[in-house]
Amino acid sequence: MPVNLKLQSFEPLIIAFCCNWCSYAGGDLAGTSRMTYPANVRVIRVPCSSRVSSNFILRAFQRGADGVVVAGCHPGDCHYTSGNYFARRRFLLLQRFLEFLGMEPERFQVHWISASEGNRFAAVMTETTDKIRALGPNRKLRDTR
Amino acid sequence: MRRIGVFICWCGTNIANTVNIEGVTEAAGKMPSVIYADNYKYMCSEIGQSMIKEAIIKEKLDRVVVAACSPRMHELTFFKTAAAAGLNPYLVEIANIREHCSWVHKDKQEATGKAIALIRTAVAKAARNKELWATQIPVECRALVIGGGIGGIQAALDIADAGFEVDLVERTPSIGGRMAQLDKTFPTLDCSACILTPKMVEVASHHNITLYTFSEVEKVDGFVGNFEATIRKKARSIDLEKCTGCGICWEKCPSRVKSEFDEALVMRKAVYVPFPQAVPNVPVIDRASCRRFTREKCGICRKACPAGAVNYDQEDEVLQKKYGAIVVATGFDILDLDDFGEFSYGKHPDVLTSLEFERLVNSSGPTGGRLLRPSDQSPPKNVVFIQCVGSRDKSRGKPYCSKICCMYSAKHAILLREKYPEAQAYVFYIDIRTAGKDFEEFHRRAVEEYGALYLKGSVGKVFPDGDKLLVKGVDSLSGHAVEIEADMVVLAAAIKAKSDAPQLARLLGISTDTHSFFTEAHPKLRPVEAHTAGIFLAGACQGPKDIPETVSQASGAAAKAIILLSKDNLLSNPCVSEVNESLCTGCLSCIKVCPYGAVAEKTIEEKIHGKALKRRVAEVNEALCQGCGSCTVSCRPGAVNLKGFTNEQIMAEVDAICL
Ligand SMILES: Cc1cc2nc3c(=O)[nH]c(=O)nc-3n(C[C@H](O)[C@H](O)[C@H](O)COP(=O)(O)OP(=O)(O)OC[C@H]3O[C@@H](n4cnc5c(N)ncnc54)[C@H](O)[C@@H]3O)c2cc1C
Ligand code: FES
Repeated sequence: MPVNLKLQSFEPLIIAFCCNWCSYAGGDLAGTSRMTYPANVRVIRVPCSSRVSSNFILRAFQRGADGVVVAGCHPGDCHYTSGNYFARRRFLLLQRFLEFLGMEPERFQVHWISASEGNRFAAVMTETTDKIRALGPNRKLRDTR
Repeated sequence: MRRIGVFICWCGTNIANTVNIEGVTEAAGKMPSVIYADNYKYMCSEIGQSMIKEAIIKEKLDRVVVAACSPRMHELTFFKTAAAAGLNPYLVEIANIREHCSWVHKDKQEATGKAIALIRTAVAKAARNKELWATQIPVECRALVIGGGIGGIQAALDIADAGFEVDLVERTPSIGGRMAQLDKTFPTLDCSACILTPKMVEVASHHNITLYTFSEVEKVDGFVGNFEATIRKKARSIDLEKCTGCGICWEKCPSRVKSEFDEALVMRKAVYVPFPQAVPNVPVIDRASCRRFTREKCGICRKACPAGAVNYDQEDEVLQKKYGAIVVATGFDILDLDDFGEFSYGKHPDVLTSLEFERLVNSSGPTGGRLLRPSDQSPPKNVVFIQCVGSRDKSRGKPYCSKICCMYSAKHAILLREKYPEAQAYVFYIDIRTAGKDFEEFHRRAVEEYGALYLKGSVGKVFPDGDKLLVKGVDSLSGHAVEIEADMVVLAAAIKAKSDAPQLARLLGISTDTHSFFTEAHPKLRPVEAHTAGIFLAGACQGPKDIPETVSQASGAAAKAIILLSKDNLLSNPCVSEVNESLCTGCLSCIKVCPYGAVAEKTIEEKIHGKALKRRVAEVNEALCQGCGSCTVSCRPGAVNLKGFTNEQIMAEVDAICL
C-alpha cells in the first residue's frame, strides 16, 4: 500500500508486536467482544515481548511504518517470568536512542496488555493511531530507495 | 521456488461479511511463491480440512497458509491436517483475519486491504519455515517429595499407591510436621494423632516409599522428567538398622535442651525422639548439645544401649538420585512476636502462642493434657484469645489473612471449656472468617454451646498484674473500653512462609511471592504446579492452609506427578533456541537473560590453519528451554535463534507487513 505523504489524507501504518500469551490474546478478546479500532494497526505475533529485537523495530520504521507498538504481559505476569522486564529495559534505551536520532518518541510505544484487557487493547491501538496520525508520516527513518 | 498454498476461510459470515473473500483469494494467488489459493465457508470443518489435504497432495504444496481465526484457536487443528497429508506441521502458518481483522473493523475496503496484508505477512514467514520435530525425552519414573508434613505424606502415599517409587525427604528426625503437634482438629474435633499416625506408619511401611528423615535436599539439577538431586542424610549417630527404639538412651542422657516439638515449653534430652509416635521411632543425637561432642566427655548412651546402635563416628551420607517429578511440601512457620511487645509475650510465661496452647491441651504434651498455667501449674479460669496477631497488619506483620486462626481459636475456646466447664473464653477479633464446610456451625457452637465471649475489637495492652494478666482492649460494637483479668492470654500469631523458602526456591528454580510462599504456575487454572515444569506444590508452603485443603492440594499435586510419571517419554516443544557455534563469540550474555537456566557454556575444539584451538560457546538445553526468545535478542553476533520465530522469519514478516 503506497503511503500517501500528503498530510490531509494521511493514514498512518502501525505495526504492533504482541506477545502470544497476554497481548495477542488481548487482541483476540477485542475481536471476540466485537470492539473496534482502526485498521491501520497490523499485528505480528511473537512468543514474548523479550523476543522483540530493536532490529525489528528499526526495520519497520525503515520499511515505512509510522508507528511501532510492542505489547506484552503486565510486569510480573510474563508467561516466561521475567521476559518483559528485559524488554522494558531494552526499549527504554531504544526510545532514547530514537529520540537522539531526531524521531518523535511517541512513534515507538510499549504497553502492557493482559489477555483479559480487550478493551485496553482496542483503546491503546486507537489512541496510538490518533497520535501518530497527528504527528504525520515518518520521514526520518524511512528508506529513500 | 516454494510451492505455497493459501486457504481462506469465510467463517460463515464472520469473515465474509467484512472481508471481500474473492478479492483476497485473487490477491493471495498473485503473492510470491503462492501456486494455489482457494476459499471455503468453514475451513476447520471436515470438508475444509480435506480440501487442504487434497491440495497438499495434488499440488505438491510445501508450505500452507490458512487465513482464518486466531492461531490460538485452531493452529493445532491445521497442524494436524497438514501432518495427515504428510506435511510437517511446522510448515503451516495462520493469518488471523477474524479476531484481528473482520471482527474489529467495520469498513469492508479497509478490512479487505488489511486481510491481504496479513496473508502476505504469513506467506512471507511460511516461505522461511523449516521442518521441526518434537524430540522425545525419556522420563525417570520416580518422584521426590520434599517435606514430611501431612501434605508431603499424602502426596507420597498417592504417588506410591499409583505404583511409582517415591523418596520422601524430611528435615527433622520424624515425619508428621505441624499436624503432629496439634491436639484435636477443627471442625470435627477428632484427635490429630489418631488420624495422622496411621498415615505416618503407612508411609514407613509402604513398599514404594523410601523415607529419608533428618535429611535435606542440597542441590537439584536437570529438568522435567530428568531431575538429579543431591540428598544429605545427616549423621543421626544412631544406627537405624540396629536401634529398637527402647528409649534407654534418652532416659540416661544427662544433657537437657528445650524441646522444639513442644515449643520450648519443656526440656528434651540431647539424644531424643521428638515425640513418642515419631516415625521412624529412632532417636538422633543432637550434636550441638551432646556432651560427647561439645566437651568430648560422656558416652553414657553408648554404654547403656542394649542394641549397640549408638555410633558417635557416624558421618553424613550424601546421595545422588534421579527423579522424573518433584513435589514440594515444606509447610510453614509462625511469626516471631518480638515486635508485639504490648502483649508481653516472652515476658510473662502465661502469654502463649496458639501453637504453645495446642501443646498444653495435648495429652502427650508437657502437662499431659491438663492445660495448666506455665507460671504456677494452676488451671486457668479466664483465658483471652487474641486473633490476627500479625495477620492483616501491613506495618508490623503480614498484610494477608492467615486463614486458619478464626477456626483454631474457636477450637481452643471449645477445648478450654471441655477441660474446665467453669472457665471462660474471651476472643478478640477483627472479623470472623469461617468460610469452609461446617466451619460457621463450628464457630457458632463455640459461642452458643461453649459460651465463648466474642469481642470485636483490638487489645491495646496486656499488663502482668500479680499472678494475673490485665488485658485492656476495646469492644468496638458497644464502643466501650474493656478490661479483663485473665489467667492466660493466647496469641494467634500469623502464619508465615518458612524462612529458608527463598533458598529452596532458588535451588529448585521455582519462584516465590513477596511473602516467600511458593508461587503456582497459574493462580486459578494451575494451582498445584510450580512455574518450572515437573515441580508441584502441596500444602502451606504455597500459602496458609488448613489440613483438608493441604490434603486436597497434595492429592492434586500427586495426580499431576503421576500423569507425568506414567509417560515413557515427553514430547518437547520444538520451538526452542539454537546456537550457531560458528557465529558465537562466547560472550554468554544469553545465559544471564534465560529464566530457565537452559543456556550453559561449553568448550569446543576447532582446527584453524591446521592448529587445534579451544573456544567457549553457548549451548542450549532443549529440554529446559521454553521458547521465550529472550536470549536471541541479547546475542550480539546473532548466533542464537529461536526455531519457529527466527530473526529471518520475523524480518520477512516486517518487510511484508509494511508493504
Ligand atoms: C495453632 C495451630 C492450630 C491448627 N489447627 C488446625 C486444625 O484444627 N485443623 C486443621 O485443619 N488445621 C489446623 N492447623 C493448620 C495445619 O497445621 C496445617 O494445615 C498443616 O500442618 C499444613 O501441612 P503441611 O504439610 O503443608 O506443612 P507442615 O505441617 O508445616 O509440614 C512441613 C514439613 O516439611 C518439613 N520441611 C520444611 N522445610 C524442609 C526442607 N527444606 N527439607 C525437608 N523438609 C522440610 C518440616 O520439617 C515439616 O515436617 C493449625 C495450625 C496451627 C498453627
Ligand atoms: S510472554 Fe507476554 S511478555 Fe513475556
